[in-house]
Amino acid sequence: MAQIIGSVSTSHVPAIGGAIARNLQQDPYWKPFFDGYPAAREWLKGARPDVVVIIHNDHGLNFFLDKMPTFSVGTAAVYQTADEGWGIPALAPAPGNPELSWHLVEQLVADEFDITTCQEALIDHAISLPLALLWPEHQARGEWPVEVVPVCINTVQAPYPSAARCWRLGQSIGRAIQSWDSDKRVLVIGSGGLSHQLDGERAGFLNKDFDLQFMDSLVNDPQWVTQYTNDELVELTGTQGIELLMWVAARGALDGAGSITKKHSNYHIPISNTATGLLVLEAA
Amino acid sequence: MSTPRLKRKIPGTVIFDGDQARIGYNLNKMCFSFNSAECREAFQRDEEAYMSKYQLNDAQKQAIRNRNVLELIAAGGHPYYLAKFAGIFKLDMQDIGAQQTGMTKEAFKAKLIAAGQ
Repeated sequence: MAQIIGSVSTSHVPAIGGAIARNLQQDPYWKPFFDGYPAAREWLKGARPDVVVIIHNDHGLNFFLDKMPTFSVGTAAVYQTADEGWGIPALAPAPGNPELSWHLVEQLVADEFDITTCQEALIDHAISLPLALLWPEHQARGEWPVEVVPVCINTVQAPYPSAARCWRLGQSIGRAIQSWDSDKRVLVIGSGGLSHQLDGERAGFLNKDFDLQFMDSLVNDPQWVTQYTNDELVELTGTQGIELLMWVAARGALDGAGSITKKHSNYHIPISNTATGLLVLEAA
Repeated sequence: MSTPRLKRKIPGTVIFDGDQARIGYNLNKMCFSFNSAECREAFQRDEEAYMSKYQLNDAQKQAIRNRNVLELIAAGGHPYYLAKFAGIFKLDMQDIGAQQTGMTKEAFKAKLIAAGQ
């Protein structure tokens, strides 16, 4: 059976794409952010993932408001990138793993998660940037060393699924991976957050105390955040801080592991208007 | 008619829900089109014609003409789609944050940095 090797959860601010394109990793503004990633890459070298289930939210590239699924799973053989409208370069397309995708679809629906399936899906910075941060040498060559299975959670249009629901979705994803008849090594990525708010008079709202408590809770008390409603989470973390739901689902996917070990974390304010986080958990 | 959901009031914040999605649909649809360079150019060639094509209402048209983010949100705009509109003018998130909070860009950036201390 396939093995879940762990999770990497990370922020995905679009401006990171601009910084990579302009080689600003050592620039004083960017360095505290980019310096978080070598330790994650070092862990990945030993962990050797073949496939990544990446839990992300769309930003108005793949989905418009005409159809807005709460949960969706990509089932494509390849995921194209595209112009997102604000000038960051589109990165390489990502190869999919339709076998795992359809296994996930079967298992999630059997588990009463009535997801939408996407045989075609455009991927935006929420998928490209985590890949670029974790595999920069491959990114520079315009390729990726892993296959991806995108799982999208709606954080565009309220009502969003609750943190408790996303936790259970993650648990279901984890069970599906563990029942996949394959010798592949599977990494789970949670892409989003942490606290930030782009819109309104409250733009620029950040909450370091909450973010650090949230990151800490994911190691040993991962259901801590499920005590909050989504409106409460928006108040605590900002209108886009709700993307922390991706981290909750990614952590849920590890819930069936025998043991969870924190391998690395980083936290830095600000990148653009965002508090950025990185958390690497090993599952055994 | 408003949805029956009890709305939490968060100062300075509009949660993009069904009510916003309904009033903002055409505005957001126009902004969604700005994923395409061809559409961005068509908008810049003739803004009024482009807004009419997407059937924006008067408040939405005026908010677009004013390049005013708070007015755009009040007219149903969603920040992810509005960001594509702002991108046409090469505005970044600190420009937009400064405009919405009535701060200078430098003061807004300083506020972000202070939140990390």
